[in-house]
Amino acid sequence: MPAIFTPTDTDRKRPHADDGDHGSGRRPPYDDGLKRTGGGGDNDNDNWNDRPAGRRGPREKLERYRLGLFFALAGDLMFFVAIISTFFVTKSSGHFDAYDRYINEWLPTAIPRILWLNTAVLFLSSVTVEMARRRMFHQFDVMEEWFGLGKPTAKRAMPWVIATIVLGIAFLLGQTVAWRQLAQEHVFLKSNPSSHFFYLITYTHAIHLLVGIAGLAMALVGLFASKQIENRQILVDCAAWYWHSMGFLWLFLFVLLAYFQ
Amino acid sequence: MMGTPQSGATVRPRKIRWLFSTDHHVIGLQYLALACVAVTVGVGLSLFMRLHLIAPDFVVPGHGPILPEDYLALVTLHGTLMLFFVLTTAPQSGFGNLILPAQIGSRRMAFPGLNAAGFWTTALALVVLLGSTFVQGGAAISGWTAYPPLSAIAAAGPGQGLGMDLWLGSIALFAVGTGIASVNTLTTVIRFRCEGMTWERLPLTVWAWFTAALLSLIAFSVLLAALVLLFLDRHAATGFFVPQGDVLSSVVRAAAVHGNGSPLLWLHLFWFFGHPEVYIAILPGMGLTSMLLANFSRRRVYAYQMMIATTLLIGGLGILVWGHHMFVAGLNPFVGTAFSISTMAIALPSAAKVLSWLATTWRSRPHFATPMLFSLGFVSFFVVGGLSGPILAQPILDQYLHNTFFVVAHFHLIMAMAGVFGLFAGVYYYFPLIAGRYLSEGLGRVHFWGTLGGAYATFLPMHMTGLAGEPRHYAQLTGIPNAAARLLAQTLPLQRHISYAAFFLAASQLPFVWNVIRSARWGDLAQPNPWNATTLEWHPALAPFAEEGSSSDEQIVAYCSPCAYDPGAGWAGFTPQWQEIPASNVKRE
Repeated sequence: MPAIFTPTDTDRKRPHADDGDHGSGRRPPYDDGLKRTGGGGDNDNDNWNDRPAGRRGPREKLERYRLGLFFALAGDLMFFVAIISTFFVTKSSGHFDAYDRYINEWLPTAIPRILWLNTAVLFLSSVTVEMARRRMFHQFDVMEEWFGLGKPTAKRAMPWVIATIVLGIAFLLGQTVAWRQLAQEHVFLKSNPSSHFFYLITYTHAIHLLVGIAGLAMALVGLFASKQIENRQILVDCAAWYWHSMGFLWLFLFVLLAYFQ
Repeated sequence: MMGTPQSGATVRPRKIRWLFSTDHHVIGLQYLALACVAVTVGVGLSLFMRLHLIAPDFVVPGHGPILPEDYLALVTLHGTLMLFFVLTTAPQSGFGNLILPAQIGSRRMAFPGLNAAGFWTTALALVVLLGSTFVQGGAAISGWTAYPPLSAIAAAGPGQGLGMDLWLGSIALFAVGTGIASVNTLTTVIRFRCEGMTWERLPLTVWAWFTAALLSLIAFSVLLAALVLLFLDRHAATGFFVPQGDVLSSVVRAAAVHGNGSPLLWLHLFWFFGHPEVYIAILPGMGLTSMLLANFSRRRVYAYQMMIATTLLIGGLGILVWGHHMFVAGLNPFVGTAFSISTMAIALPSAAKVLSWLATTWRSRPHFATPMLFSLGFVSFFVVGGLSGPILAQPILDQYLHNTFFVVAHFHLIMAMAGVFGLFAGVYYYFPLIAGRYLSEGLGRVHFWGTLGGAYATFLPMHMTGLAGEPRHYAQLTGIPNAAARLLAQTLPLQRHISYAAFFLAASQLPFVWNVIRSARWGDLAQPNPWNATTLEWHPALAPFAEEGSSSDEQIVAYCSPCAYDPGAGWAGFTPQWQEIPASNVKRE
């Protein structure tokens, strides 16, 4: 037996109950229906880091869903990377005709001016969804919920979520106006290599926004239907991050369509 | 006490809540069952092809003679089934779901509901693919690569109509399902590792699944984009992949129908997916082989951290080398050089892996159980199949060998056979964990030697017919009397040998099928940790299908790296990851 005990690596790195959490309520309780920690004691369930991964409370759950969403968005990003790569390749490629002349058929599609307005609307919707997201994480509101004073988070986030949905629908309606304007100029999906991409990019982005609106609608329903605050936080948080991603992606796609055709 | 196999083996009641379960064990088994269906159909199709190559006049009862388009449909379905529904799903999603959570000390995947959704999307994809055989115009005949412009024009000929659409739909569904599974795997590995399970302590299998999931996420998204573009070409009259002045049945198609596209663009997009795809198929086998060789040699994995690095390197380089599939398709020669160099660079981490496998087993006293045999078989196929990789990676040699059976031999040895041997090693190794019973060792040996011999007898001669110029995808080699046919006629004896060997190889799987059926019911009862393994999936509290509530709240902690064996103490000397190390012994780790 050595004179000095060397704790194992695992023991040294184990987060202990006094790692900044004295059970004073800094971390919200884990609502598994079995036990609500009031803090104070050092019962074995008081330090959530001692629990198996996956049951360490709302913060962990939120981070898990957020991470999953980010990976899904990374995959989605590759989808658009592939399409944008194709855009540049097609733009710069041509063929030789019967007289050995190099022909590039790319005719830039003049983007309808309403897209500028749509972009502004989408930017605004990103602001509103961020308002909704931040409303879900107000410490003060969360405390009120624990005291049983209704659902202040839901009430405060709801108008912003609704505003985002409305702005999102406005953006999509604006896109349909743009498509109609192009159609009136006889620019269709099949008209030209550049119009392939204009429609492809705007359509796929619109489909992604529809998914985002569905997510926001789910969050809206969840704000009232879900009893657990962490679930509501997750719904709003993930819908918001998804929405931000699509907004940011649109800025990129818009610049691509407006200046790089 | 962990050192010795525990007596009083328990029968684990197999309470399998089937079908719409969100239990990751069940989903893993569902993926494996799906792969079983696909592999059975896929093997049957390949036997039809081999039969046709040696007996072109054979009339299939109820169908008639095999026409060239039938043969191409066989090739396409065989490739698609094997690549996607066997080699991608079984090692990555099947064993990944069954084993991965327990190996990182977790009881569940990060998103169980999503996991089930991923499986059912994949299952639907298989149904759509198999259904495409029965539609008007027949199954797709473009090969699993679906090269345009044929695949982009529905009127191009048989198998390019509805069958092609369903093929595209099936693969799109598959891409979505795999994307879902990858998100799940990545999040699980990052968030659900138990206490003490640091990145350096992750078993190499987990590293392999993690890397393969990263590759899936990147590659399948690009494939999905390519599928969307191809679908638009087919049905919205766009022209991403259809060239100007495309000739169809000797008629130049009007430019108005399609635009100004390039089939090469599809090749770039497809192979940007297609090459990582082969690493998605093989990486889990590599990880499993590393762990199994260590387990049965009672040695640590040689250069463990280097093995992690090579796994990531192989994944990273695998994304960069798609162009070597296009050496003969019309690539700028300088680009060809770049792709050639980067492709050959993969030989370095691959060789490092082989060296580690050899160093792990070198002068050990291996315990030659069936899983060990299959792992050694994996190494053998990896070496033999891998050696032709650098040959094909050189544009000049590829000029000759591309689209010959040399390539078929190469990828069947390294991807199909090595991949399948990884799967078999996994089945034999994990069967006691899942079913609570051993597979029969005797039958396992018969299966192993039959499969090993059959595989070499089938695929090694393909190098030679390939060197003799036998092309891929040709229904009949000597149909038209000309010089090429006379040349190929000399390979006919070898062709017959390959076909008989293929039938033998398929028949060698029967002992395995019987073994699984027999052992699941009447096999010897297994002990809790029968292979004296160190990784956490053998933790007593993590037994799959264990009685509900049996120590399910026990905290799982990893105290040390995996593969802590004591070679001097023989079979019984090992420290499982869940065994607390006495404080006085810490230095030993």
